[in-house]
Amino acid sequence: MNVLHFVGAFFGDGAHWHGYDGIPHRLLEHVGYSLLALGVAAAVGLPVGLLTGHTGRGGTVLALLATAARALPTFGLLVLTFVLLGLGLLPVMIPLVVLAVPPILVTTYEAVRSVDPSPVDAARGMGMGEARILFRVELPVALPLVLSGLRSAAVQIVSTATVAAYVSLGGLGRYIVDGLYQRDYEKVVGGATLVALLALATLAVFWAVERLAVSPGVRRGT
Amino acid sequence: MTSIVKSTTRSSTRPRSTSAAVLAAVAALVAGCSSGGSGDDPLTGGKAGDGTVVVGSNNFSESILLADLYGEALKAKGVKVSYRHNIGSRETTYRMLKNGSVTVLPEYNGALLAYLDPKAAPRTVEETTAAINAELDKNLTLLRPSPAQDKDSVTVNAQTAKKYHLTAESGIADLKGVAKDLVIGGSPEFQTRQQGLKGLKSVYGLRFKSFKALDAGGPLTQSALRKNTVQVADVFTTDPTLTKEKFVVLKDPKNLFGFQNVQPLVAKGKLPQKGVDALNAVSARLDTAALRELGAQVQLRHKDPLDVARAWLKSAGLT
Amino acid sequence: MNGFFDIPSDLQHSWLGLVGLHLREALLPVLAGLLAALPVAQVCVRFRRLYPPVLGLTTVLYAIPSLALFVVLIDYTGQSELTVMIPLALYSLVVLVPAIVDGVRAVPRETLAAATAMGLGPVRRYLQVQLPIAVPAILAGLRVAAVSSISLVSVGALIGNNGALGNLLADAMFYHRPALAVNSVVTTAVLAVLVDAALVGVRRLLTPWMPRGGRTAPAAAGRPDPAAHVLGEAAR
Repeated sequence: MNVLHFVGAFFGDGAHWHGYDGIPHRLLEHVGYSLLALGVAAAVGLPVGLLTGHTGRGGTVLALLATAARALPTFGLLVLTFVLLGLGLLPVMIPLVVLAVPPILVTTYEAVRSVDPSPVDAARGMGMGEARILFRVELPVALPLVLSGLRSAAVQIVSTATVAAYVSLGGLGRYIVDGLYQRDYEKVVGGATLVALLALATLAVFWAVERLAVSPGVRRGT
Repeated sequence: MTSIVKSTTRSSTRPRSTSAAVLAAVAALVAGCSSGGSGDDPLTGGKAGDGTVVVGSNNFSESILLADLYGEALKAKGVKVSYRHNIGSRETTYRMLKNGSVTVLPEYNGALLAYLDPKAAPRTVEETTAAINAELDKNLTLLRPSPAQDKDSVTVNAQTAKKYHLTAESGIADLKGVAKDLVIGGSPEFQTRQQGLKGLKSVYGLRFKSFKALDAGGPLTQSALRKNTVQVADVFTTDPTLTKEKFVVLKDPKNLFGFQNVQPLVAKGKLPQKGVDALNAVSARLDTAALRELGAQVQLRHKDPLDVARAWLKSAGLT
Repeated sequence: MNGFFDIPSDLQHSWLGLVGLHLREALLPVLAGLLAALPVAQVCVRFRRLYPPVLGLTTVLYAIPSLALFVVLIDYTGQSELTVMIPLALYSLVVLVPAIVDGVRAVPRETLAAATAMGLGPVRRYLQVQLPIAVPAILAGLRVAAVSSISLVSVGALIGNNGALGNLLADAMFYHRPALAVNSVVTTAVLAVLVDAALVGVRRLLTPWMPRGGRTAPAAAGRPDPAAHVLGEAAR
């Protein structure tokens, strides 16, 4: 099949490299929306996950909430928020955040809760406060898992933000939706390639962050 | 571990029942796939081999309504009808008519011509029809055009009209000096069509600040104009929300958007003569006022398009 | 006339009809994905070296948005349900292969040795020992695949009303009727929860030796993350 031909034609066309519909602009838009959604989701998911994980309470409620959020269809939510709120960034951010919170929240909760209790007890015995225990003892050990939750949320956001083009959002999804309506396969295949590359780049970024941020002792242990 | 071993020895019948279950599942899957495939696949299914006429529609409200009008009028004359609604843009539906998976589609003559021949500039409905017939696929044919027109239009929102002193008497050319400051919106396909950004540039010399992809004159377009996300947009002239929102439609003296008469596009030889007569009778009775009123019933009063279509056909004496 | 369960005529289905359509369009691909994943996973277990590249490939596949796959497939399978179901089957495969591989690999060596000592050949050992022990892992994968499949079917609305309950979303926009979008979202979510619960029930039936009521939550995400396995594998 000539998918590669389409990819070549898409990236070879000079018209795709400048202006508001050019690859650099659409890529920046996509990265912008994704970072915003991930940031909001992390601001919600991380504190709640850390707190519930540390106290070990609310696990059942979290599991229920996560199951419910997981069951909500992202595309449906997108159209629903549009028909209720009209055109704009907010109606797009809501479904993306709903999509991203459960993996962050549940993984963070599990990560902190499954930290070996003996060092935590030792720290408590040494007179450390609860906040210090959370950030100095539990979090370093839990970090790899916490990062994996963020990573899976990020990849989902990058991939799903494409359907938001249906309600007029910019970003790389534009190429796919425009290509559908214009019957322009070059655009569809080119857009899909860009989204996949961005998702892989996201994985690479998280891999690098993990290398830098996770303490060598913890990494050796896993 | 012991329990596992026990369970394997205990259930010596399990492999057989498991494989039977798997076989049944495979059978169900294959049956399901093939029925799903052949029933809906446009390349194989719905080819009117059994005399069924497939009436299709594009992805906007008025097209669905018109398809219902055609379909119900055909049914009233004893033609077997099935519907395929909300297929997509013309770029898709035209192909499906060509390959025979759709038999009848409500079209707009000027827009169809611009799709087939972007350079054509006909001055009458007859010239439009002749120009289309010259370019049309050999398996397709146009039936009689109706007087009802629904044009694409360059429309500005109330703020923009006020700011640049645009009224119902203003023309598209009046945007010349200011287009560079304005964002224009339209369906994704508007961006690449002659009756779209291309024509606005070549015919009126307009270059806008940027283009925002919305929908085919639907709620995204209305919302974007209302919120001033775009200042200019492609709105259909029969749109019932036009007057409600105080949008201003600019005149098109150079006839970029041409004639836009509602006209059935049909696959040749797939529609019996009585069906052709039925659709021609609909076209004879349908005018712009009727089209606008029917659209308002669906979009503003939330009536079901099929009910609206049936009621109109009855009142027009066509069923 | 416009009650909650009254569906616009252009969808040509009752509410229940759409529900049936949605379940078929979402779950047949999961079943197909499972049937394809079993042999693929078995090959990956046998030939360990194959597993990392297979996982890499699935990660890339998973990163391609569903809508793009739909549009590309239109040229081959038309604007049809099949066009929606093929990518969904692919996503299910991608989720299930790591789940099955991990499940089968987790079978302790002593158990396998015991089975061999009892005279079980490789086929019977696979069907009677490895697969049953891997059931919880497979079911966890199936739950994730099914829930995400049910959610993704709606996107099929974009390629000519092939999104079952998702088609209500396009109509909500055409006819300015937000209630139709509410109906679509709520019904789809309820279906997802019910199917998820049913799969938990299936797991309990298939693994009577497991303690009841234990922790059941699978790894959280709507679109699960095979990358986790890739990276885990690379680190090993």
